[in-house]
Amino acid sequence: MADAHAALTRLQFRDPERAAALVRALHRVTAEVRREPVAIMHVCGSHEQAIARFGLRAVFPRSLDVIMGPGCPVCITDLPEVDEAVALARQGIRLATYADMLKVRGSALSLADVQAEGARIDVVYSITQAVALARKTPSEPLVFFATGFETTAVATAAVILGDPPPNLSVLSAHKYIPPVMAIVSEMPDTRVEGFLAAGHAATITGWGIYEAFVARHRKPVVVAGFEPLDILAGLVRLVELVRDAAPEVANMYPRCVTKEGNLQAQQQLWRVFRPIGGRWRGIAHVPNGNLRLRDEWAGVDARRRFEIDVASLWDTAPPALVQQCICGDIMAGIASPRDCALFGRECLPDSAVGACMVSSEGTCRIWHQYGGHPDLAALPVDPYARRA
Amino acid sequence: MSHTSLEERIALKHGAGGRAMRALIEQVLLDGIAPGSWIGADAMDDGAAIRVGEQWLVVTTDSHVVQPAFFPGGDIGRLAVCGTVNDLAMMGATEPLGLTCAMVLEEGFSRESLLAIHASMRQACAEAGTTIVTGDTKVMGRGEVDGIVVNTTGVALTPAIVRDAGLQPGDRIIVTGTIGDHGLAVTAARHKLGIEGTLQSDVAPINGLARAAIAAAAAGGITAMKDPTRGGLASALHEMAAKSRVGIVLEDRAIPISDAVRGAAELLGIDPLHVANEGKAVIGVRAGEADAVLRALRGHALGRDAAIVGTCVAERPGLLVLDTGFGRRLVAEPEGEPLPRIC
Repeated sequence: MADAHAALTRLQFRDPERAAALVRALHRVTAEVRREPVAIMHVCGSHEQAIARFGLRAVFPRSLDVIMGPGCPVCITDLPEVDEAVALARQGIRLATYADMLKVRGSALSLADVQAEGARIDVVYSITQAVALARKTPSEPLVFFATGFETTAVATAAVILGDPPPNLSVLSAHKYIPPVMAIVSEMPDTRVEGFLAAGHAATITGWGIYEAFVARHRKPVVVAGFEPLDILAGLVRLVELVRDAAPEVANMYPRCVTKEGNLQAQQQLWRVFRPIGGRWRGIAHVPNGNLRLRDEWAGVDARRRFEIDVASLWDTAPPALVQQCICGDIMAGIASPRDCALFGRECLPDSAVGACMVSSEGTCRIWHQYGGHPDLAALPVDPYARRA
Repeated sequence: MSHTSLEERIALKHGAGGRAMRALIEQVLLDGIAPGSWIGADAMDDGAAIRVGEQWLVVTTDSHVVQPAFFPGGDIGRLAVCGTVNDLAMMGATEPLGLTCAMVLEEGFSRESLLAIHASMRQACAEAGTTIVTGDTKVMGRGEVDGIVVNTTGVALTPAIVRDAGLQPGDRIIVTGTIGDHGLAVTAARHKLGIEGTLQSDVAPINGLARAAIAAAAAGGITAMKDPTRGGLASALHEMAAKSRVGIVLEDRAIPISDAVRGAAELLGIDPLHVANEGKAVIGVRAGEADAVLRALRGHALGRDAAIVGTCVAERPGLLVLDTGFGRRLVAEPEGEPLPRIC
């Protein structure tokens, strides 16, 4: 594990004085757009985490809507994909996956439900841990339920290319972010005028990948990092581009992101995966939004190695509350957790109804933890006043 | 107020100091306990207080289970003494008359470990100026209990009680030192995270520190006290804010946190505000008394890092607002034991 000093060095991007200057700039450029509200979308749970954790929503201009889009990998993993994992586990195949995936429901059941029935599911932090598990019990098949965006897909690809143990298979539910931005832009109800793109995904894909999107959809894209200063600077630049009606890509994370990205990682990604169309939970069918293993890797592909009996789940009905869940609209940026009748009542982190309350990157979970859009800037106390 | 209903079976979260635990206590354990002219279990304070002549007899009890039993900076014996001494002290009863100690041991527990635990209980008692006056020992079969469970009960007399519900708008909130040390040291040791070297539990008796704070303030100057154990500073302040019907604005940058804890928490994705302490107090003080109390605390060996970290407001009663230096947000009440993030 990395040492704590590395984590401490990240703190240098947390200078409140510089943040205050950026907040003033954000208010100025938002006012210069001369209409309201201005709506922009980010597509990354880590961005929402940082915005919420540092309380930035309390200082954003009221006329700026910063919407979280489909950026939580746990949330957008679709029902049929969870069903495949649930069915496999029920068939007695041992599974390994991330902890948050246990609590996400498929069409009726979650992996936690079948684990309680006796299915064997190991929680892992990364695919390399799944590899180690598979090596320990070479005579027993182990399926890694692989979820996440291109960032984690690259890790899966590296393992598949690196001679994995023969008893390990991969059930890929990996997703690819760039195509979903097009889908959100084309939604009839969308108010989104620009996108804040995730810095860590762009370290792999490069910022150049967004040029085609910008040319076609005439909406600016700004690549930003995850510290408060990164996010504020990214938003200032994005609103400037909206103000100037300038559809272009700006890279505000140059310390990590280049135009070309990590070519070796891209090569690994596309050698192992092919993009296919598929549904994202609650959003829509996303052309080229799902990553599946290429034919060449059939020997590692759980879908080809096992007969997955998804039909066995069809006679189980989902809990009635699920009908009221609006996670889909929340992820599409059409609704907010405040619009949900279950939020903070029946749906809580320890008894989540919808996927958005499960993951620490889900919008509802983050809002529950940090208070969503608290209007706290104007409290009649100045904590600094006591300093002489 | 709470939407958490109790499930069929008890889960770990029901002991983690957050909302689930409160629901368990309110819905099951307090059932049928009538409020009396004393401060009883229904007050859910750190202990109970019973009128005895001109004084209050304060009683508190605590069972201690910690894995591992020996951790950097302490062990279950030191924890058991300090936990009870500190609960008494947080009621204003800073001179414990004595403690009882009941132990449940697992068959096969090593004699050497037991001697070490006993020695550290004696040491902690000496630091607190008290002693163990009676005890009980049970042994259970292998697998029927995990190593060792230690229960301690403490009694003390005090002329004036300090509650955890007396905060008023304008009061300052003082924390007596760095937060998160105990919980992160134990978590790191338990999960063998490889970052244990720099983390040390803060487990210590803080009755002397509380005495110094009380002595430095005018009568009524200290409006509330609580030790931020399970659930950390966030849980303690939530409880104090809810019971006192005030809002609390915390200033993130003023909260003392050691570099080791800050680094480890950042790395693990754990909020230090949710992490347990075993040698710290949160003290509500009238604004005019804050500087005097702070000076007194800083003059004490266990209070050198004491700081004013927040202010009570009439707005948003029961809520905790964190001024991050960048903006403001709410601090949620912890749900369960904080675990390292997964992905």
